[in-house]
Amino acid sequence: MLTKRIIPCLDVKDNRVVKGINFLNLRDAGDPVELGKKYSDEGADELVFLDITATIRSKKTIVELVEKVAANVFIPFTVGGGISKADEIGLLLRSGADKCSINTAAVNNPDLLRESAERFGAQCVVLAIDARRTPGKVGKWHVTVKAGSEPTDIDAIEWAIKAEKLGAGEILLTSMDADGTQTGYDIELTRAVAEAVSIPVIASGGAGTLESLTEVLDKGKADAVLAASIFHYGTYSIKKTKEFLQQHGVPVRPV
Amino acid sequence: MLVIIDYGVGNVRSVTNAFRYIGSDITVSCDPAVIARADGLILPGVGASGYAMQKVAPIADCLKEQAAAGKPLLGICVGFQLLFKESHEMGTHQCLGLIKGKVVPIPTDLGLTIPHMGWNYVKFADNMRLFDGLGDGRHFAFANSFYAQMDDAETKAAMTEYGVQITAAVEKGNIYGCQFHPEKSAADGLQVLKNFVKICDEEQSGC
Repeated sequence: MLTKRIIPCLDVKDNRVVKGINFLNLRDAGDPVELGKKYSDEGADELVFLDITATIRSKKTIVELVEKVAANVFIPFTVGGGISKADEIGLLLRSGADKCSINTAAVNNPDLLRESAERFGAQCVVLAIDARRTPGKVGKWHVTVKAGSEPTDIDAIEWAIKAEKLGAGEILLTSMDADGTQTGYDIELTRAVAEAVSIPVIASGGAGTLESLTEVLDKGKADAVLAASIFHYGTYSIKKTKEFLQQHGVPVRPV
Repeated sequence: MLVIIDYGVGNVRSVTNAFRYIGSDITVSCDPAVIARADGLILPGVGASGYAMQKVAPIADCLKEQAAAGKPLLGICVGFQLLFKESHEMGTHQCLGLIKGKVVPIPTDLGLTIPHMGWNYVKFADNMRLFDGLGDGRHFAFANSFYAQMDDAETKAAMTEYGVQITAAVEKGNIYGCQFHPEKSAADGLQVLKNFVKICDEEQSGC
């Protein structure tokens, strides 16, 4: 049976892992190379590295850092943040990434998803959606760009469906309302997207208690959960998380 | 010395990282002269198999000769799919034909997410050298929308289930392959690579 994936996320700024609340008030959480190795060794199912300063285009240092992290990570490794061209995906894959996540650039140029999937395969093209609840409308979310700082009038569900058609192989869905709050994932949003597409959906934003992970994998129909704070600050280990999920009927790869 | 064949498709870096980590002597090349000197060959690959076959075509004869001469060959993911006779991904493509069978899409009408993405349980056949020391079965990391339907009585196969029975790994004489990514399957995956290195060492020393 295919297991549900537990994915720690490294938000990286100035060569350090950081974590904020709703993408603001950043606080240091450690060294990306050390943390990446630790999660890979401890039984995480994948690792995500997001350059939150979005400097992949202009700075060689991020590519060098990706190389260093990848050298010690023997689980699937996704890199994102500021990717705007298919050539940049090629560069990151050659540097040791297995998948790349695209966000703002795909909103500006949806054809980038098609081009990337054709060149590198859909399995390495992850569409990242930062969604926010639309005020005054129940069951509606809109896409935000530039690390959540700019709202658009694009409906998050419709964008997910379109991205799948264009060739995205997976969706990394972050609730901007929940991110960093540790108050639980947006179950309704996750479920709405998971039911609208047939590619895997990674739920992100709001991981707090272990019950919140169980809930989004079960009721939210997510294929994987992404979390940062609860792992970086040692609230739960990967092992403890997986044991809890297994006890609650969620299939996971045993550590 | 083992050679990772770099034919311009895929995850050469991840595979190289993993072999270096386990301490093996690795060269990345697409040069037939280097391939001929290798003790074992690794054929990686991601993306579409038709495109991958086009890219591997210039060295296809060299690979077939090396395989026929008994050199251990390990195909990974799309490199594994290329070992079969043909692939039906975006048209029909003739592949290396080292193992009888064909590569077809995972059915999309089973209510399962496609790609088959993540860690699935692989049940081994008896006495597969790739899985030495790993018991009856383990979880490995997959990322595939197509799968191989094996039709080869001489081949041992490890299987995984995803709506259909998916050929997860094969062994036929000196030909080895994994649909999953051993280089991305944590300690158990690294053990598979160590086992392949051991196979190459034993063949070279005539054991």
